[in-house]
Amino acid sequence: MSSTYHTRMGDGRRIEMTKEELKKDIEAGASEAAKKIKVPDLTDNEKGHLLEIFTAPERVVSVSPEDLIVMSTDVGPDTIHMNYSEFGGVGVPVHTVTANMIAERVVGHDCVMNTFRAGNFKGTSVSIIQVQQDIENLVKNSIAPSLYVGMPNFGAYYKPDGPFDNVGDLISKGKVEEGLKIYEDIIPACKHDISWVAEMTAQVGVDGINIDTAAAGGDGEFLASLQATEEIKEKTEMSVLLNMANHFVLGMHGGIKYDGQTLGNMMPHQQVKVAEKAGVDIFGPVVNTNTKKSVAWNVARAVTAIKECSRVANIPIHPNLGMGVCGAPMVEIPPIDAVSRAAKALVEIGRADGI
Amino acid sequence: MHGIRTAGDLVMRMQMKGMRLNKAKEYVAQKLGTDVFTLSDEYAMKEIREELGIGTINSVPGQPKGLKAKAKIAEVLDIKIPCVDMLR
Repeated sequence: MSSTYHTRMGDGRRIEMTKEELKKDIEAGASEAAKKIKVPDLTDNEKGHLLEIFTAPERVVSVSPEDLIVMSTDVGPDTIHMNYSEFGGVGVPVHTVTANMIAERVVGHDCVMNTFRAGNFKGTSVSIIQVQQDIENLVKNSIAPSLYVGMPNFGAYYKPDGPFDNVGDLISKGKVEEGLKIYEDIIPACKHDISWVAEMTAQVGVDGINIDTAAAGGDGEFLASLQATEEIKEKTEMSVLLNMANHFVLGMHGGIKYDGQTLGNMMPHQQVKVAEKAGVDIFGPVVNTNTKKSVAWNVARAVTAIKECSRVANIPIHPNLGMGVCGAPMVEIPPIDAVSRAAKALVEIGRADGI
Repeated sequence: MHGIRTAGDLVMRMQMKGMRLNKAKEYVAQKLGTDVFTLSDEYAMKEIREELGIGTINSVPGQPKGLKAKAKIAEVLDIKIPCVDMLR
């Protein structure tokens, strides 16, 4: 009887797999990325190294000191005080500045980062004075670079939260032309909110803006994020981090283009090139986790896509490694055995500059 | 890289200016007068950070913190830090 190794499914459940089963899933995951994301497959050596990572007996694995990377995190400090549903937060009753000082001085975060409740730029734009006040206090009391994070979040522009009719509802009723026109009208509104919030935070000395979960609302939201980046780089000296929501850009519209290229269905290695063109300083690619496959399958697929993204990139890439992305299981408290294996693979095979 | 425990915040600053990981590490190491391997060494980096006045993780009375440490980081790394410019 062959020995087995503890690992997990993409939904976080603990399972046992033999070395042969792990090898088969690694090959299948890499092959899936090569076929669907249209990137080169992993080499036999890289697949062998992945197998070593997944058969390592330690609960937590790591990289050598020379390969250590930085973490830009996803509003990591604010998870100390925020709620679970929006931020995976733990609800400790402290202020955002205190939370960031704890993250910097106790946890050792490489940057400090805060956001406003709900985290979308449209919502933040009406509370900007509070945001500026928080950032002023944060930059006075922290040493690490500071980032303000928000989400473009097209969904916030639909009635009843916003002024626009729901594009999905219109299209599902057969009003396709009307829906597409409204979708196009949201782009400048979203771009304006991102740019305006960025400028307001720059006024109080923040180092950079993190445009997070870009393109969650499709190709129009991606265009708004890229156009906002251009404007931010033109009007301010702040850095721009652009983090994606999916590994492919949803073609909600289908005809949206940037720099002559259709944005719908773009994959990470293509997304990073338009991000560079817009002026992005750090790009965060994503590969979504398949909960019905093993973590080994998911990590193999993720690193195959990220490796090609890193190869073509001229700017740092920080793959989004969290609940349900880049090989981490889609579960409320991501198990550290699975997350550390995904992180090691992203650094050693995916050549990530950060996470 | 563990932030201000080592040199993670400094490498992050250079990445935010578009430098990829290895180039950012080499740039920081050169500016600190050390090597890339030392950047992740808590023991060595505490001494380097104290000597340069760029802030350490321990709350030592009199040691630069917050804006004061960042003003020194801007000088050492030869970069602009927006909130430091505003202070000046």
